Amino acid sequence: MEHAHHVEHPDMYDEESSKIGMWLFIFTELLLFGALFVVYAVYRYMNPDAFHLAAEELNRMIGAINTIILLISSMTIAMSTTALRKGHRKLAIALVSITFLIGLAFLVNKYFEWGVKFSHGIWPGSEHMLNEMSQGEILFFGLYFVMTGLHALHIIIGMAIMVFAIRGLINGKVQIDRPSLLDNCGLYWHLVDLIWIFLFPLFYLIH
Amino acid sequence: MSGDKPHIVPYRVYLIILVALIALTLGSIWITSIEMAEYTVAAALLFAVVKSYLVLTYFMHLKYDKRYIKAMVGFVFAIFLVVIIITFLDYLFRA
Repeated sequence: MEHAHHVEHPDMYDEESSKIGMWLFIFTELLLFGALFVVYAVYRYMNPDAFHLAAEELNRMIGAINTIILLISSMTIAMSTTALRKGHRKLAIALVSITFLIGLAFLVNKYFEWGVKFSHGIWPGSEHMLNEMSQGEILFFGLYFVMTGLHALHIIIGMAIMVFAIRGLINGKVQIDRPSLLDNCGLYWHLVDLIWIFLFPLFYLIH
Repeated sequence: MSGDKPHIVPYRVYLIILVALIALTLGSIWITSIEMAEYTVAAALLFAVVKSYLVLTYFMHLKYDKRYIKAMVGFVFAIFLVVIIITFLDYLFRA
C-alpha cells in the first residue's frame, strides 16, 4: 500500500496475494467480454448471411497486422518480467517502454481503421446504417464498435498501468524481490491480448 | 512468479511461443480462406483456443503457478462454456 511505504510499518508485501487479486479481477474481465461473446454468438446464429455481408467491410490486413502487433507486445512485456528477475532493471524498463509503444501503434491502426468506417458512413446510429442496412448488419456493426471499442479502452488502461510499472522500476518500488506491479501489469496486458485472439477471427475472418 | 520456488522463464521460451502464435495466426487466416461453409467458424475458433492456451500457459505463467490458480482459471472458462451451452440449448430448441 502507498502509505505503508512512507511510515515505517511492517512490510505487507505479499506476492502470491497480489497475484490472486489480479487473477480475480481478470476473471471479472473475462466474464464481461464473455457475455458480449454470447450476445455475438446468438445474433450471428440468427443472422448468418447479414454477418457475412457486413464482415466484407472489414479489412483483414489491418486486423492481421494488429493481431501480430499485439502478440509481439505480449512477448516483450513477458520478457520484461524475466529481465527484472535476472536483475536487469534497465532492460526491463526498455522492454516495458517498447510494449507501451507497440500498444500505441495498435491504437493508431485502430484509429485509421475506424476512420475508414466513419468515412463510409458507418458508425452506431448513422443514417447510412439505419437506412440501408438490414437488422443483422446493424447488429454486426453495433457489436463490432462496442467490442473493439471496449477492447481499445483496455489497451489504454493497460498502457496507463505500464506507466506506473515503469515509474516503479525507476524509483525502486518495483525491484527484483518486489515484482508484483510489473507481473500484474503483464497479466493485464496478456488478458487484452487474449481477448483480441478471439475478436480477430470472429469479426475479421468471416468468409 | 511461482510462489515457493521462483521460476525464471528464459527469454527463449517467450520467443518460441511468439513464433508459434504468429504461425497459428497465419494458419487461421489461411484456413478461413478455404470454403468450408459452417466449419469455417469452428476452424477459426479452434486456432483461437490453441493460441489462448499458449498465452495462458506461458505468457501468463500458469504452467509455473500453483495448482489452485490453474484450477480457478479452468473453473471460470468452464462457467463460460456452460453459459454458452445453456444459451444455445434455449435458442436451438425454440419453436
